[in-house]
Amino acid sequence: MKGYESLLRSSYNWLKGIPAAPGLYIGNAYIYSKESIVVKDGTIDDVDEAISAFHEALERSKKELDKIFNVAKEKMGEQRAAIFEAQLLILEDPDLIGMIESRIIAEKREPESIVKEEFNKVMTVMYNAEDSYMKERANDIEDIRNRIIRNLKKERWSGKVIEGTVVVSEMLTPADTILFARSDVKGYITEHGGLTSHAAIIARSLNIPAILGVPKVLEMVENGTELIVDGFYGYVFINPTEEQVEFFKDKIEHLDKVNEGMKELMDLPSVTLDGVEIEIQANVDVSGEIEKLGTSGTTGVGLYRTEQLIEELGEFPDEETQTKIYSDLSARVYPDNATIRAFDLGGDKTRLFHPSEKNPFLGLRGIRFLLDNTDLFKQQIKAILRAAVNRNISFMLPMVSTLKEIRETKELIEICKEELKRDGKRFSPDFQLGIMIEVPSASVLASQLALEVDFFSIGTNDLIQYMMAVDRGNDLVADLYQEFHPAIIRTLGYIMTDCKDIDIKISICGEMAADTLAVPLLIGLGIKSLSVSPAAAPSIKRTIRSFSYSRAKELADECFKCSAEEEVIEKIQLFFEEFNIQRTRHII
Amino acid sequence: MINKRVKIVNRAGLHTRPAAMIVKIASKYKSQFFISKDGYRINGKSIIGVMTLAAAQGSELDLDFEGADEDKMSDEVCTFFARGFEEL
Repeated sequence: MKGYESLLRSSYNWLKGIPAAPGLYIGNAYIYSKESIVVKDGTIDDVDEAISAFHEALERSKKELDKIFNVAKEKMGEQRAAIFEAQLLILEDPDLIGMIESRIIAEKREPESIVKEEFNKVMTVMYNAEDSYMKERANDIEDIRNRIIRNLKKERWSGKVIEGTVVVSEMLTPADTILFARSDVKGYITEHGGLTSHAAIIARSLNIPAILGVPKVLEMVENGTELIVDGFYGYVFINPTEEQVEFFKDKIEHLDKVNEGMKELMDLPSVTLDGVEIEIQANVDVSGEIEKLGTSGTTGVGLYRTEQLIEELGEFPDEETQTKIYSDLSARVYPDNATIRAFDLGGDKTRLFHPSEKNPFLGLRGIRFLLDNTDLFKQQIKAILRAAVNRNISFMLPMVSTLKEIRETKELIEICKEELKRDGKRFSPDFQLGIMIEVPSASVLASQLALEVDFFSIGTNDLIQYMMAVDRGNDLVADLYQEFHPAIIRTLGYIMTDCKDIDIKISICGEMAADTLAVPLLIGLGIKSLSVSPAAAPSIKRTIRSFSYSRAKELADECFKCSAEEEVIEKIQLFFEEFNIQRTRHII
Repeated sequence: MINKRVKIVNRAGLHTRPAAMIVKIASKYKSQFFISKDGYRINGKSIIGVMTLAAAQGSELDLDFEGADEDKMSDEVCTFFARGFEEL
């Protein structure tokens, strides 16, 4: 660390943001913005030439989209790629294309500006629609518009983003993050956004370093600027000196060695020094992540986020599609278990089916939305029942705050079973049903809820947000989002004590489980199962193998007496020193 | 000329995928095809037109087919509507 501090002190070419996904990379910036493009205006002499230029631009755009469509089909499947097929059809739209042609002929003006005007008319209609789905589609139209105009200018297509670059942007949506990952992007930097935005979670699970909330980064960086991205500490070095590049090349080499060492951990058991077994499961967010499970040393999937399917497909998947996806998952993890979480819509997750609300985080989220849209919910329940025939599927309800929600869901499950039986479809009647504990009322009522379900999964991200009354995406109050706040530790401890006489499995699936610093404390509180992103699993396992459960228990007791987060962290740091546990951040 | 009234039965409504499918089906035929909803009339062979209909579940649409192959065209399009765009 000494070298790092002096490196920072002796230079001014760096900016600091929130380290949102760990990793190091040295490479070039790619500025991603959706700014409006500049079009040529004015009159033209040769109408025939303009018309043929317009057609050439359409043809080139078609070729580009065909390529994207094929990649999308390969990576996402035919149905999910349909969105690109619709974009292709826009290029052949008789009304729109016909209108542009006749205006070029009649007005004798530059095709670029007529294309812009006609597409903007369509976009305005869509932006003004009440339906948020339509508003989203306006972005697709904008995409096509820009593609045609770029091809009219005969500018070369460099892909949406250049491979191997660091994307620098105002902000990132989850869809952007996934899309860029497919182009082999090596880092993300944004001006806005906080640690637990969904984009950050995706970056972490894909092993791509991300630094969010870097002030003024877009003023300092342009396309191609050389950058060093340190996702461990949140520093961005702009046009680094030779000394800085050397310094980080050493670190990257060292990090690669550490990662190699992690691979050796893969087949070792996850037990504490005094022999207490701790289960490590994987959180799976994006389709590509399932591929990584094999090498992560996890046993099964502790959290499969289904709302991601809607994001990827651009629509709600029907019962058949879901059955296929869940059956695939079941087969892939067999004989291990996979816990599938019901669509967690609302909040910042997806606006696709969501009406506008003043306080979305306190609104129609998770199970509330599902019970309000039983047609959707029943399709998912039926798909779960049908995919559960291997007996390794669990189903988990998000955002439960009352007992009634569990009971209503159980009634729906019974109805679904009847309907499947009636239709002669094969299903398994008994899968494990569990709930997320992520609302304070559910924590307080833990032992009552425990009697109704097979398992709990504590979602620390939302639980902390609701306990501390802090919007995790709001830069102004983000520092109040404290994982180690004594109120959080006590709440976790309360849940464990309240349920100690009840036969219920309790695991943690929030980001906290993936923080090595939190691991001894969570295990000391009595948690026996953690679900983390596959990328984080090896370092979690190494940590578990480094300390004893009996001391961790004492640590938890000590932390119970603390009154501020700093005191808790200090105690944990002493614990790490005592067992000589190295944290990934400190190794490099 | 053939006139048909159809209802959107699938949950997600006439979103991007079915819109693209309708345009693809319609484009196979020579006849003209128009869709009207609440007085708003669009060309059924125009993807932009079909998308801007924003037809949700339960909405009713009037379909007009006119031309040499209008029978076959209306059969195939109406079947696609009746099956809830194969999303039921």
